[in-house]
Amino acid sequence: MGAVVAVLTLILLAVVIAVVSRPLFTAHTPRDPSELDDSQAPARSELEVAREAKYREIRDTELDYRTGKLSTEDYDAVNGALRAEAVEILDRLDALDGEREEPDAE
Amino acid sequence: MNPARKRTVRLVVALSAAVILASALIYTSFSAASPTVTPSQLVREAVPGHAYQLTGKVKPGSVRHEDQTLYFSIQDRAGGAAVPLSYTGEVPGPFREGREVIVTVEKQGTRYVGQQDSLITKCPSKYKETPSQTTSS
Amino acid sequence: MALLGGACLVLALGVCAYGICASIYGVRAHRPEFSESGRRSVYALAGILTVAFLVLELAFLRNDFSFNTVADTSSTTTPTFYRAAAVWSSQEGSLLLWAWLLSLWSSLVLFLTRKRMREVSAYATAILLGFGGFFISLMIFYATPFATTNPAPADGVGLDPLLRHPSMMIHPPMLYSGYTLCIVPLAFGMGALLARKVDAEWIRATRRFAFAAWLFLGVGIMLGARWSYSELGWGGYWGWDAVENASLMPWLTGTAFLHSLMIQEKRGMLKVWNVSLVLATGTLAIMGTFLVRSGVLSSIHAFGGATLGVPFVVLIGVLVIGSIYLVSSRREMLRSEHRLDSLLSRESVFLANNLVLVGLCFVIFWGTYFPLISEALTGHESSVGPPWFDRYTVPLALVLVLLSGIGPVIAWRKATFANARRNFMAPVLAALITLTVLLLAGVSAGKPFAIAMFCCAAFVLGSVGQEYWRGVRVRRAIAGEPVPTALVALVKRNRRRYGGYIVHIGIAVLFVGVAASSSFQHVSELSLSPGQSTKVGAYGVRYVRPIATITSQSDKAHTGATMSLGAVLDVSKAGKHVATLSPSEGFYDSGDPSEGSVSHLIGGQAVSHVSMNSGVTRDVWSAIAPDISTPRLQRIMTIANRTIPYIRPDEGMIALAVLEREYLKAPPPAQFKLIVSPLVLWIWIGGGIVLGGSLIALWPAPSAVRRRVSVRARSRAARDLARA
Repeated sequence: MGAVVAVLTLILLAVVIAVVSRPLFTAHTPRDPSELDDSQAPARSELEVAREAKYREIRDTELDYRTGKLSTEDYDAVNGALRAEAVEILDRLDALDGEREEPDAE
Repeated sequence: MNPARKRTVRLVVALSAAVILASALIYTSFSAASPTVTPSQLVREAVPGHAYQLTGKVKPGSVRHEDQTLYFSIQDRAGGAAVPLSYTGEVPGPFREGREVIVTVEKQGTRYVGQQDSLITKCPSKYKETPSQTTSS
Repeated sequence: MALLGGACLVLALGVCAYGICASIYGVRAHRPEFSESGRRSVYALAGILTVAFLVLELAFLRNDFSFNTVADTSSTTTPTFYRAAAVWSSQEGSLLLWAWLLSLWSSLVLFLTRKRMREVSAYATAILLGFGGFFISLMIFYATPFATTNPAPADGVGLDPLLRHPSMMIHPPMLYSGYTLCIVPLAFGMGALLARKVDAEWIRATRRFAFAAWLFLGVGIMLGARWSYSELGWGGYWGWDAVENASLMPWLTGTAFLHSLMIQEKRGMLKVWNVSLVLATGTLAIMGTFLVRSGVLSSIHAFGGATLGVPFVVLIGVLVIGSIYLVSSRREMLRSEHRLDSLLSRESVFLANNLVLVGLCFVIFWGTYFPLISEALTGHESSVGPPWFDRYTVPLALVLVLLSGIGPVIAWRKATFANARRNFMAPVLAALITLTVLLLAGVSAGKPFAIAMFCCAAFVLGSVGQEYWRGVRVRRAIAGEPVPTALVALVKRNRRRYGGYIVHIGIAVLFVGVAASSSFQHVSELSLSPGQSTKVGAYGVRYVRPIATITSQSDKAHTGATMSLGAVLDVSKAGKHVATLSPSEGFYDSGDPSEGSVSHLIGGQAVSHVSMNSGVTRDVWSAIAPDISTPRLQRIMTIANRTIPYIRPDEGMIALAVLEREYLKAPPPAQFKLIVSPLVLWIWIGGGIVLGGSLIALWPAPSAVRRRVSVRARSRAARDLARA
């Protein structure tokens, strides 16, 4: 019984070491394009998430207006502000794309 | 009033309200609380007319039913002085000799009377310290 | 096999230590392969703990009594289902369950975020492994599940009969899932602060796990309340006991967090508030775990094992001090980007709701830990009882329900006052009509809080109903769909909003049930003989005849009771038969020969089996405490103890059959507790509605839909601005 336990333990230990140490030995090959420029990747996904959130806000405000919570003037004011904020995010995303495309264009 | 000033006013109002409510809460908790005591403490300190939360073990052999009243004694967890008391009201299912209980009592004259329906029996200990546990740790 | 389990624990601890070092090194030295290795350590930990858990589970299923835990909580007579679940009924087993669940959720969250938030993930990995390591150390050094005794005892002590109920077996894993899930947002919150990256990505990742934690905790709390009501002999569902409160507190802060997170998402505000809430929720979860094990508070659930108190206090201290330090040192980064545009905005209502929730949590925290606080401040330990809790939580709950009805009517950012005023008319009308009807029906009778709650609930229903009505109208104007299709489409396209509305309805319904059942309850505790009847509220209850069963004959509920004594009760209203109830009390084997060779068979834990009739308008609840100490019945037992040896339990059963016959022939008066509680069913229904609504609200929209929506919105945004 003790021998079986010892063998099982050793097998478990071996599997754990294999799983845990693999990244240390395999070369770090990028798996998707966003990893090419690692410093940019966080900024891009951050902006994408912000963009989704902003779109949701625009839709929410429209629904607020249509269900009678906002007067037309108030709606126009908020809607305009939101869309301006959305465009700003889109511009920043485009700027990131532009930076990335430059090396290729050369 | 400019927006910044409005915001400061709002903040002050909200904080003051919170402080007042919290103070009311804290004050009433001290006045509404009943001291938690063990049997030996109760015997030493009990003042007639005050309510105390008595915690301890039901002394084996001390339980007696008479009509609607339950008579039993509670002693310290480690054994020792036992406080006899009478209690009316609901008796939880797990109540038994040797079990840990909590009951609100009041000293009336020389006797201790349990407050109606205040008897709580501790859930049968899932994490009890059994002999096997203490030897292995 | 126990050795394998023990080896797993040691290996697990080693993996934790390595993973912490690798993750931190990887992120500080910009060596992503080490962070990756750290992440894989979490996967490895999950694997190892799964093996350990399986070892323990198998020991229970195989009745391997060499394991001390198995011998203490199971026996050959314990039914298989309860044997499998008995794993977590002991200190050691529950620690293992906690660590295992933590490793599983940690693996899941790290897998889902493996391509993003690298720095934050790395710190979060280290923190999660830190918690894992803490619990594993507790097991290795204080309470190991794999301790054995040689030679193994022939049989175990068995599972306490009070715990032999399905809800009681599911309740701990549900609660532990809730508690351990609270640790994930805590880890990511601390990780985000450490990496100085509290941003939109963090919000999105944290929200899902915070929601899952909130959901499991909520289900766990409801199951506990339901068990208390339907299984315990006191007929209540909430007693403000320390352990009940301990699970409620993180749920309250979790609710606050889920709401204020939306504000941070929209306006970049309340960042300090949100990280504080997330850290508080995790810390409260640890405190809840600690309360049950340390014996530090006197409560129904305070168990001994005081040895675990000190490590937990240290952990909690580290968490509190660490949180305060992290938040204050990062406060520049946590500055709000915007301010509240207007007090008349949904953001403002959310903020008020947060304050009420945190206020509620503070009240409950103060009351729960008051024994410790009073001891520290005055030297004397005192405690506060349920009346104190009720005094403060009831008004706060009223405000909470009211706010949940105000929110839907107000727009985001800045609502138009004239519109808001108009929109409030229907909900206020609903509340006023309810008030009038209640007053006219003579219901008030000095219960202002209950009346107020009913009116607030009507307000919420009016407000949410109006929202749905208007939303369907909008949808039909756009797409011309029939009402049912429009309703479904409306909810599908605006899950968060309309799902959230359903949750608020659920809460209102739940509180209506609570208010009605606590304020308008009729309770009767009395002694009845067969043939006698009594009146409880509007119902007449008659003790028809006694019932008695012995195991050898039938044990339908597989509860293992040796003998069960009870009564048949006839419940009627205005002369008409309403229901038949059969409460009973089960007497179990104590296994203690000193009680008497036959007496021990029924000398163990007596468990009350409640019988109730649940209805839409009320529950009729009954419990019985039969009297077996009459001289006649005692004589039978005394004779049996003298003549029948302990080793012949079959003959002891015959003696019990004599006792049974005697009880049925000349039943002594029995103690009954009878309760008529209005609207209790709606508490459970309300909970179900909350569950359904929250699933709708936070179910992720299929990504194809999301893409379509965002492309369309983008082109529209560009078009509109080109026009402007």
